[in-house]
Amino acid sequence: MDLLNIQPATAEIFMALVALGLVLASAFIQPEAIAAKFVRRVTVATMLLAMWMCYHNGFMPSYAFNGQFFTSPFMVYMKVLILLGAVGILLMAKREFQGESIDRPELPLLILLSVLGMMLMVSANDLIVLYMGLELQSLPLYVIAAIRRESVRSSEAGLKYFLLGALSSGLLLYGASLLYGFTGHTSYDGIKLALENGIHPGAVIGMVFMISGLAFKISAAPFHMWTPDVYEGSPTIVTAFFAVVPKLAAMALFIRFTHGVLGDAVDSWQQVIVIIAILSMFIGAGGAIMQTDIKRLMAYSSIAHMGYALVGIASGISSGVSAVMVYMVIYVISSIGVFALILSLKRDGRAVTKIEDMAGMSRSHPVYALAMMVLMFSMAGIPPLGGFFGKWYVFSAAIASGQVALAVVGVLASVIGAFYYIRIVKVMYVDDETQPIDQDIPRSNTLIALTSAIMMTGLVFGLSFLRETVQATVPFVVFVAG
Amino acid sequence: MADISLIHYLMVAAILFTLGAVGIFLNRKNVITILMCIELMLLAVNINLAAFSSYHGHITGQIFAMFILTVAAAEAAIGLAILVVYFRNRGSIAVEDINMMKG
Repeated sequence: MDLLNIQPATAEIFMALVALGLVLASAFIQPEAIAAKFVRRVTVATMLLAMWMCYHNGFMPSYAFNGQFFTSPFMVYMKVLILLGAVGILLMAKREFQGESIDRPELPLLILLSVLGMMLMVSANDLIVLYMGLELQSLPLYVIAAIRRESVRSSEAGLKYFLLGALSSGLLLYGASLLYGFTGHTSYDGIKLALENGIHPGAVIGMVFMISGLAFKISAAPFHMWTPDVYEGSPTIVTAFFAVVPKLAAMALFIRFTHGVLGDAVDSWQQVIVIIAILSMFIGAGGAIMQTDIKRLMAYSSIAHMGYALVGIASGISSGVSAVMVYMVIYVISSIGVFALILSLKRDGRAVTKIEDMAGMSRSHPVYALAMMVLMFSMAGIPPLGGFFGKWYVFSAAIASGQVALAVVGVLASVIGAFYYIRIVKVMYVDDETQPIDQDIPRSNTLIALTSAIMMTGLVFGLSFLRETVQATVPFVVFVAG
Repeated sequence: MADISLIHYLMVAAILFTLGAVGIFLNRKNVITILMCIELMLLAVNINLAAFSSYHGHITGQIFAMFILTVAAAEAAIGLAILVVYFRNRGSIAVEDINMMKG
């Protein structure tokens, strides 16, 4: 292992340098509005370039920084998805930044730093790097939740997110310290080898603590308390970012940690994940029923979706991993579409987020209502839309590993969950309009929402291709250099 | 003094960690106290790491502890900044007043 071999980490190093440059640029460029525009454009360009670098440099499984950084096709897949999600959000943000008085250079800059943290998190091959990546991802997120400084709700969202996020980092670290202590290594490869020679009870406690800390980051129950409040209080564009990008990174880390590092200790963590998955599915489905705010509803919806994804991880087999990866792609595409629609929900130029505000939209905004209907049906898991296949794969992985009860419980939860998705469709198509929603919807948002709806409809045809691509990357989750 | 072994250090760390975690949930007064509890949890982790590091006879754990100290400082800075912003808007940092959103 050559210490000077930094080629696998080119994309990350490039992003870090650009971020540092942008900090200076945003301090010197006046006025602020121009700086914001400049930083936003450079951020999007940087992410696209980083995507190309990941794709170009990452395919050969290789180490950098003395084995602390690892890249393989699995990481490339996850990083490209993370970057695509972030670029999608930033493209939607153009109009939003100006409308919500958050047109500052800080927002895209913090998003860039957070995405850099996520990429490190995905590529980490050592507990120390994992922790540094996780914190680099989390700290900017706390700040952007509170980006509207003059709003009580936004600052409260930031405060809540910070307190619970810091608690979860504490749990994760305590687990990491135990895992280090009882295996004698901080590198993934070392821990994996040590666990093959017998699992100390102390290491099991460490695993459970680490899984709890990670469950916080993907907002799985019973560690979901922050999600509804943070989603509701943050500006909608920030909520959209929270719902999509950090989930992907944390799920990638979850897969890598459970199936990669702890791959030989399945019995020790399987039950924990089964419990977390069942709780998330039911709390997500049950909590959403009474909600009147669509951002809160999306929060519960994301809790439920993380539950379904965890069913795939709980199966403990490699087809479960590929099912989770397919599930996450579908989740990301449909969430971006839904948030593009929520973002364009305005009355007299001011954002509205109540579900009843959408009443009668099938007549005033037929295209909007149609796209929303497709996406809601997809999220509810109604065939032949994309969401159905995601659920199909995770549940069949659970059955293949002999956990029939888990799959049955999951199907029950998704039936309960279908209720609130269909309620939104009912409000749009059956209820009478009370006050009209603005006709003027940003074209980029309509385009993103329609693309996502069309992809969900047409996924049947691309399904075998997606599945094969994903399956080809799965062996690299557990890849350890001999 | 020769009787103090790894397990004693681990127990001290576990007690401190539990105190920190319990403090977060039982504290009903002040957000600053919660920040202190979080710090207590991180320091318990550092005791763990230092003890394990000396037990195994290599330095990895101590390096990890250094990283944690650094990040904890950054985390506290960001937390206090958010707290100041919140205080300006709300005029209070009592835990029971952080209740604009519920459901």
